[in-house]
Amino acid sequence: MVPESYYVALSAVLFTIGVVGVVIRRNPLVIFMSIELMLNAANLALVAFGQRYGNLDGQAVVFFVMAVAAAEVAVGLAIIVAIFRLRRRLSVDDLSLMRW
Amino acid sequence: MAYAAFLVLAVLAIGSAVGLILRKNAIHGALFLVVNLGSIAALYLMLGAEFLAAAQVIVYAGAIMVLFVFAIMVLIPGKEEIGPDPRRGARLLAVPVGALLLLLLVFGVVARWSGPPVPGGPSGSVAAVGRLLFTSYLFPFELTSVLLLAAMVGVLLLARRRA
Repeated sequence: MVPESYYVALSAVLFTIGVVGVVIRRNPLVIFMSIELMLNAANLALVAFGQRYGNLDGQAVVFFVMAVAAAEVAVGLAIIVAIFRLRRRLSVDDLSLMRW
Repeated sequence: MAYAAFLVLAVLAIGSAVGLILRKNAIHGALFLVVNLGSIAALYLMLGAEFLAAAQVIVYAGAIMVLFVFAIMVLIPGKEEIGPDPRRGARLLAVPVGALLLLLLVFGVVARWSGPPVPGGPSGSVAAVGRLLFTSYLFPFELTSVLLLAAMVGVLLLARRRA
């Protein structure tokens, strides 16, 4: 049996890579994929915690995170496609639509 | 044996995550993300979460990644990060800040969880997770369907071509 802390450590590394990806990339699609990476890292930590405490609640929460992530991806990609139609460019530096 | 499997999967997951954030081409990034999600599904199996491993492959590696690949194909990839980055200095700050975040996570969270593994954790079989979802978590489970419906309606509204 691998100790749970190994999984938590792996999850911390993946989360950090996701954070760095969100900051250093300019393509909103890659930023979105980095966010998915962070969600998955958190999910892995939740499952490991649940294993440690010996109950299934962590896995139930991961199920809900997956459902919310699916909804989030659908809406987010639709917004990105709509902005691209409007602007014909795709870089987060250009996106100041919400600034007044 | 379990350690070797964990090591291989961890290297695969970290390598594909680094590939995702370093490759210029978004479609390569999407394929790296599929590898990453698959290795996390295998890690779920090692943790005894069989239902989640299957859901991960179906929902993430299947549905969500297909959506990503479609969006990348619609948006003409590879044309958005050409040219020098005007904010390169500020962006490169992300590396030391990320290292700090990792240190914080390791000392704040991981260090408190060290210790021998607990044998005989819960079984994450479909029956057990399903029973939990339809008893203790019944209300959030039903709310999820409302959320998915709202997302679907919202996407239709956003994707509608204005005449």
